Amino acid sequence: MKNLPLLFLGIFFTLAFSWVGLILSSHLNLGNLQPSTSELEDGKLIEGEPVYPIKLGGIAQTGKDVYIDQGCMYCHSQQIRAQGFGSDYERGWGNRQTVARDYIFQDRVLLGTMRTGPDLANVGSRLPSREWHMQHLYQPRITSPGSIMPPYTYLFDVQKVEGRPSEDAIMIPEGSPYAPPAGYEVVPTDRAEALVAYLLSLKVDYELPEMGFTEL
Amino acid sequence: MSADTGFTPYKSEDLSERVKLSEIDHSIRTSGLFFLVSAVVWLLIGTVFAIISSYKMHTPEFLAQYEFLTFGRARSAHLNAMIFGWANNAIFCLGLWVMARLCRNRVRHGGLLLIAGAFWNLGVSIGIFGILTGKMTSVEWLEMPTEVAPVLAFSYVLIGIWGIMAFADRKSEHVYVSQWYILAALFWFPWLYIIAEVMILMVPARGVVQPITNWWFAHNVLGLWLTPVALGVAYYLIPKVLGKPIYSYYLSVIGFWTLALFYNWAGIHHLIGGPIPVWLQTAGIVASVMMTIPVVVVAINQHMTVVGEHDAVWKSPTLRFVVFGAISYTLVSLIGSAMALRVVNEVTHFTHFTVAHAHHGVYAFFTMIMFGGIYFVMPRFMKREWPSATLIRIHFWACALGITLYVVGLSIGGIIQGLELNKLDDEGSIVYPFLQVMANTLPWLASRTVSGILLTIGHFAFAIHFFWMLFAPANKTSEGPTLLAPNNS
Repeated sequence: MKNLPLLFLGIFFTLAFSWVGLILSSHLNLGNLQPSTSELEDGKLIEGEPVYPIKLGGIAQTGKDVYIDQGCMYCHSQQIRAQGFGSDYERGWGNRQTVARDYIFQDRVLLGTMRTGPDLANVGSRLPSREWHMQHLYQPRITSPGSIMPPYTYLFDVQKVEGRPSEDAIMIPEGSPYAPPAGYEVVPTDRAEALVAYLLSLKVDYELPEMGFTEL
Repeated sequence: MSADTGFTPYKSEDLSERVKLSEIDHSIRTSGLFFLVSAVVWLLIGTVFAIISSYKMHTPEFLAQYEFLTFGRARSAHLNAMIFGWANNAIFCLGLWVMARLCRNRVRHGGLLLIAGAFWNLGVSIGIFGILTGKMTSVEWLEMPTEVAPVLAFSYVLIGIWGIMAFADRKSEHVYVSQWYILAALFWFPWLYIIAEVMILMVPARGVVQPITNWWFAHNVLGLWLTPVALGVAYYLIPKVLGKPIYSYYLSVIGFWTLALFYNWAGIHHLIGGPIPVWLQTAGIVASVMMTIPVVVVAINQHMTVVGEHDAVWKSPTLRFVVFGAISYTLVSLIGSAMALRVVNEVTHFTHFTVAHAHHGVYAFFTMIMFGGIYFVMPRFMKREWPSATLIRIHFWACALGITLYVVGLSIGGIIQGLELNKLDDEGSIVYPFLQVMANTLPWLASRTVSGILLTIGHFAFAIHFFWMLFAPANKTSEGPTLLAPNNS
C-alpha cells in the first residue's frame, strides 16, 4: 500500500459513514418525537385527551439516580419485545411492545442487555405494592425464594423500636430468617423510598398511535 | 531456519539490522515499560473485581453488606479496569512499539508519551473510584463518571498524535498491514469515545438515540480499537517469529477494508427486538453477517502462514499465545455473526451467552495476543530473557484452560437459559417460571467462578514473572531465548 491519501480517506469515511447512517439518521428521524394521545384524529392529537409518555417527577427521579448508581440495569432490562419474539408478553412483562416514543422523556435510557432478573419496563403496573418492593429490596429471598439478587440491606436502617413502631417500617413475616431481632424494626432510608417510587412509576399502561395493546 | 540449529526467534542474521531494531526498541523503552507495568497492575485489579462479581452471581449474600462492592458496581469496575486499564495500556505499549518498528525510525518525544500515560492512568483510577462510590453512569462501557472524560480524551489524544507522528516520521517505503490497522485504530478510538460521551452523557440525545449511540460505541471499542490493534500485532509477530512472509499481501488488503467497512455497523445487533426502527436492526444484522468476509480472510492469511510450523509455535511463548488468540478470533467472530441472526438472537439475547461471547472476544482473542506480544517485547526492552519457562507454562495453561471452560460453560448455560425463557406450551403459556430458569443457571455460573480461579492463577503467575524480570539482575542472556520446549536436533 503506497497510496496514503486513500488510506486516510478510507479510515475517515468508513467511520463517518456508520455515524451518519446509524446515529445521525436516527437523530433526525427520532430526535424530535413528541408525546401523543393514544389515538389520533385526522393525524392530529385529540384535544382534552391525556398525552403519553408521562414525565418522571420528584422523588421518582431521585430514585432513578439510585437505580443508576447501583447498576440495576446490568441484570434488568427495560424494554418489552413484540409478542411472538421471545416470551415477554407471555411472562406478563407488558401488554405491548415498547417503541421509541416511550423513551423520549428519559434523560438516560436504561434499555439494558441482560435479563438475569426480569424486565422492569412495566414493573409498576404488574407489581404495584410498595410493601412488596421494600421487602424484596431488603432481602429478595423473602418474596422470591431462590432469587440470586443481592440484598440491599444498606438502603435500610435496622433500629430499636422506641415506644411505638415507626409508621414506615417494613413488615417482615414473623419467623422469617431475615426478620430483625425482637424489639428492632427495619426502616427504609430516603434512598430506598426513592428507588421504590421510581420502580412504581415504571408503567407501560397506555397505548400510542403506532402501538396498541397486544390482542390475541 | 536450518534444522540443525533448532528454533530461535532471533531471525535477522544481519547484525546491523538487529542493532537498528534494538535502537528503536530502546527509544520507546521507558514509556513502553510504564504502560506495561500499568497494564499488569490493572489486570490484577480487574481480576479481583471479576472474581468478586462472579462469586456474587451464585452466592448473593457474599460481601452484600458493602455497598461499594454491590454486583452492579463490582462488575462495572471489572469491565473498566480491564478495558481502559489493562487493554488500553497494553495497546499503548504494543501498538506503538509495532508502529515504531515498522516505521523503522527511532521515536522522539518519549517524554510526551510518559506524561500522557500518567494522566490516562490517573483518569482511569479516578473513574473506577467513582464507579465504586456511587458516581456510575450505568451506560455500558462508559460507566466512569463524566468528569474524567476530558482527562481521558486529552491524554489519549496526546498518545494518538504521538503514534501518528511516528508514522509521519517513518523511514520505510512500504507500509505494512499492521501499520494500517494500528493507524486506523489510533484515529477511530478518540472519535468513538468523544462522540459517545457527548451524545449520551454531556448533551444527551433524545430517547433511543442514546442506546443506538451506546452500541455503536461499545461494539466499536471491540471492533475498531481492540481488534485492529490485536490483528496488527499478530500480523507483525507471526511472520517475525517464524521468519517467513505473511501468506498473502492481497488478502490482507481485502481483510482490512472489509473490516473497516462492516464492523462499524454491526453493533446495532445488541438492540435486536428493541424499541428502535427495524431497518436499523436489519442493517446491524447484515453488517454482522458480512463480517464473515474479513474474518475468513484474516483466518486464511494467518493460519496459512502458521501451517507446517506447529513445532515452532509450540516452543515460542509469543506464538503459543498469539496463535491461540488468532484461532479464537476466527471462532468468536463466526459465532458473533450467527448470534446476530434473529432466530439465534431470540434465544441468546439477554442471557449469559452474551457474556461468554464478550469474554471469548476480549479475552481469548485480544488478551491472549497481548500476552504473546508482551512475551516478545519484554526481552527487547530489558535486554535479558524471561527467567522461567515454568511460569510461562503455568500462565499459558491456566489461562487457556480457564477461558475455554469459561466460554464453554457459560455458553451452554446461556443457551439453556434462553431456551427455557422462551419455551411455551401448546396453549401458549410459559413452561418455566422465571425463578426456575434462574435456578437452572446456577451450576453454569459456578463453573464460571471455577474458570475465574484458573484465570487468576494464570494472571498471578504472569505478574510475578513480569516483575521478576523487571527487577531481577541480568541473567542468562548468553543462553538464548526462553523456550517452552527443548530444541531437539
